[in-house]
Amino acid sequence: MGILEVKNVGKRFGGLQALGDVNLSIAENSVHAIIGPNGAGKSTLLNCLVGKLIPDTGSVMFDGQSVLGRKPYEINQMGISRVFQTPEIFGDLSVLENMMIPCFAKRDGAFGMNAIGAVMSQTDIIERAEHMLEEMKMADKRHMTASSMSRGDKRRLEIGMCLSQEPRLLLLDEPTAGMARADTNNTIDLLKQISDERDITIAIIEHDMHVVFSLAQRITVLAQGTPLVEDTPDNIKGHPKVREAYLGETQTAA
Amino acid sequence: MDAILLQILNGLDKGSAYALIALGLTLIFGTLGVVNFAHGALFMIGAFCAVTLQRIFTLSYVTLDESQKDFLGNPLKVETPYVQSWFGESLGAGIIDWSVPLAILFCIPVMVLIGFVMERGLIKHFYKRPHADQILVTFGLAIVLQEIIKYFYGANPIPTPAPELFRGSFDFGVLLGFDPNAIIYPYWRLVYFAFSAVIIGGVFAFLQFTTFGMVVRAGMADRETVGMLGINIDKRFTIMFGIAAAVAGLAGVMYAPINSPNYHMGMDFLVLSFVVVVVGGMGSLPGAVLAGFLLGILESFASMNEVKNILPGIDQIIIYVVAIIILLTRPRGLMGRKGVMEE
Amino acid sequence: MLGLKKTDATLLIVVTILTVFAPFILNPFPTSSAMAQFNAGYPDLMQRFIIFGIFAIGFNLLFGLTGYLSFGHAAFLGIGSYAVVWMYKLLDYNVLPGLVLAVIVSGIFALAIGFISLRRSGIYFSILTLAFAQMMFAISYSDLIGRFLGTTVTNGETGLQVYTSDPQILLSAGETAPHFLGLVEMRSTYTLDAGAWSFDFNAGYYFCVVFMLMAFYLAIRIFRSPFGLMLRAVKSNQQRMSYTGLNTKPYTLAVFVISGMYAGLAGGLLAAMDPLAGAERMQWTASGEVVLMTILGGAGTLIGPVLGAGFIKYFENIFSKINDNVLHQWFAFMPDGLEDFVVFVIHPFIGKGWHLTLGLMFMMVVIFLPGGLVEGGQRIGRIFRRKDRNSSDAELDAAKQRNTPPAE
Repeated sequence: MGILEVKNVGKRFGGLQALGDVNLSIAENSVHAIIGPNGAGKSTLLNCLVGKLIPDTGSVMFDGQSVLGRKPYEINQMGISRVFQTPEIFGDLSVLENMMIPCFAKRDGAFGMNAIGAVMSQTDIIERAEHMLEEMKMADKRHMTASSMSRGDKRRLEIGMCLSQEPRLLLLDEPTAGMARADTNNTIDLLKQISDERDITIAIIEHDMHVVFSLAQRITVLAQGTPLVEDTPDNIKGHPKVREAYLGETQTAA
Repeated sequence: MDAILLQILNGLDKGSAYALIALGLTLIFGTLGVVNFAHGALFMIGAFCAVTLQRIFTLSYVTLDESQKDFLGNPLKVETPYVQSWFGESLGAGIIDWSVPLAILFCIPVMVLIGFVMERGLIKHFYKRPHADQILVTFGLAIVLQEIIKYFYGANPIPTPAPELFRGSFDFGVLLGFDPNAIIYPYWRLVYFAFSAVIIGGVFAFLQFTTFGMVVRAGMADRETVGMLGINIDKRFTIMFGIAAAVAGLAGVMYAPINSPNYHMGMDFLVLSFVVVVVGGMGSLPGAVLAGFLLGILESFASMNEVKNILPGIDQIIIYVVAIIILLTRPRGLMGRKGVMEE
Repeated sequence: MLGLKKTDATLLIVVTILTVFAPFILNPFPTSSAMAQFNAGYPDLMQRFIIFGIFAIGFNLLFGLTGYLSFGHAAFLGIGSYAVVWMYKLLDYNVLPGLVLAVIVSGIFALAIGFISLRRSGIYFSILTLAFAQMMFAISYSDLIGRFLGTTVTNGETGLQVYTSDPQILLSAGETAPHFLGLVEMRSTYTLDAGAWSFDFNAGYYFCVVFMLMAFYLAIRIFRSPFGLMLRAVKSNQQRMSYTGLNTKPYTLAVFVISGMYAGLAGGLLAAMDPLAGAERMQWTASGEVVLMTILGGAGTLIGPVLGAGFIKYFENIFSKINDNVLHQWFAFMPDGLEDFVVFVIHPFIGKGWHLTLGLMFMMVVIFLPGGLVEGGQRIGRIFRRKDRNSSDAELDAAKQRNTPPAE
């Protein structure tokens, strides 16, 4: 029994069957990658997990509780954090403030009305945020406006923000998309370190095979809205069905 | 039955004005992604085009008529409009009489020009700014435009009569077999409705059947892709803005005889037109037209005495009530597409 | 001090000093001089500075922090005024019960309107608030509730005022004007004549100042609080908010209600100074005015809205008083033809044309100075600082050159 159990999930947009009949089980404290050609339904599946979309059929259980019908913020409070394809951070705020917000969310829940006490007197929050910034090696940037940082740093900050909530499941949506090789490798190292040092399950959607094979312990291949195979990276590499799905794509693309 | 028909007819003229303004607003929003709070001012300027033309036609020179004396015993001053001395008395008088319809010709170039200047000079710089900034700057522009009009034309409404031919009313009911005097309807309102229908039809035909219109519609659906095809949509959108301005202006010109133009009529109509756009569905042209007529007619029904006796004053708030209900139950409006301006 | 950090405390002190000494500061010109028309130190205008300052501070809490642009805030201003006048009619001329009621009732209305309007964001939110406010304006202007109940609630276009036939159950003998707990009448004014100058100290003004300082202080606390941080986060990225486990709705609703209560207080104070309440206070042009004030001063800054409110109210009063005769006096030094021409050019912008000036100014600010007057001040400050640094840099360079021997 994995921490996340997806059973018979289907989603249809008008005439398009985006997800057919998806079954997926993600084991606790593993790194699980979901790969597949464009239009395979990876993002749709992810959106069904975080409450942005509600599947037409099937069930999604996280740690024995259904997430279906819950709002994104409720699902987050259950312990699922999401990292977006383009880093979603609070661009107008300072890096430290960015880091403090998830700390508040962790401490006070979905809504806390403290309109009188100063932010600067919340020492526990500040300590926690500073600590997380140290860990992300961004302490020197704490007073920068978040939007002025490089893409790599924004990604780092976003991952740090998610981690500061101590989620049990971290979902990453193509975390290295549009990154330079060096930034990609840094991100891989960061994610490796996170998965080694923490009690955390990581599910990653990725296009870049280099990233997938350096991180994942299990891989699910999705094609045309249904899972083709699920196996270890070594077995996936030579799998004929996977080849077919990918080569088919490369041929049409070429 | 005849009472219902009368209310529908009564709602048509206001509904036409809402529909025309909302159509322009939607065109601008759909193509340029800009929320134009100055659109009501364009309607108002249109109405003042009629006033201006009427003033130009009645520009007169003064002659002294020695044969007649005024009550002080001085020779009577006679004002003769220049058009009468140029084109002869009867033709000149006819031109003055027809100044409102003639103002259509005058208004189109003026409004298109104003539209171009507005888009190139101001709106263009706000494409990438947040909607709040667009609202604010066009709101400022609306104030400026209305104050300019107020400066030149004063604060009082200026009566601008329709041509003699269309003044007065006729018994519409008799035509349909009702009792005489059941449905008395002013001619000009019918003219206004027919005019609006032609303009609306024209805009739709233009968008439907010309390549230009096709590109604009494609741009409304997906601006980036169309831009990538190497089509210069910016230039087309500027023209679209000019057209939207002209539509608002035309709505204003012909509205002048129904309601004497004043400098704040634009703002009055703007608020309601926005409600119309939202009810119709942001970015949906048929929605804007449909909602315009629906709300106009609804307002007219709410002002029936039978209704007002039960709910006093409902006519003044009915549009807002409907708008609020629609926005809450069907946020994308009657005919809005999914994903347009949704969170 | 008072739980504020140093810069905020300084700001609060500066505002306190400015408002307390405003009767002096705003009357810099001798009463008989030609410049006396620029004096703004008379009670009615000073009260307006303060009251609209409160209104704008409240509006800025909503717009400046969350970016939600309400175009219907004047509705709460009107409600506040009606509440106070109703308390006059039912109890007596003591302003306190009315002000309490004004804040409570406007809060309740804001809760209802906010609950519905905040289901949408962006332009939809603006239009929903506008629709609600226009609806309330129409209801008050025609006294629909009153007509429905067969009585008067808002007294329609005449406006609500106190009549001798009203119950006024607590009224004591000789009580004819708004007062504070029977201690002091709002209209009582002490005039200090100092040589050619004359200064008015009005009880109502200082009454408003007390409320304004409390409102300002509370606004600072909100800005610096975790709640304020969350509101800025809402403005910055709602998506990240909800994927960080935060429910944005209660945050925005809470600030909408607070902001509505500020507006209600301002409306109440208007009626506390002058015991009238009319529907025109709720019209959307009035909502537009507070938007103008906030943007002009600087949305999202603490002092901006206060500056904007003062600025607009001052120029509204002064500009609209200038007429051609005044202009001719000013430009009398010019040759006649030029003088007439200058007066002709300026004429549209003054007197009744004040709104034209306002509209232009507003456009300029939105286009070139989105941060408003505050940003303008900062920019000017930066230019000066850069000059300073440049000159000191140059000196430093010069000093270096003197110390290093030429490389020959």
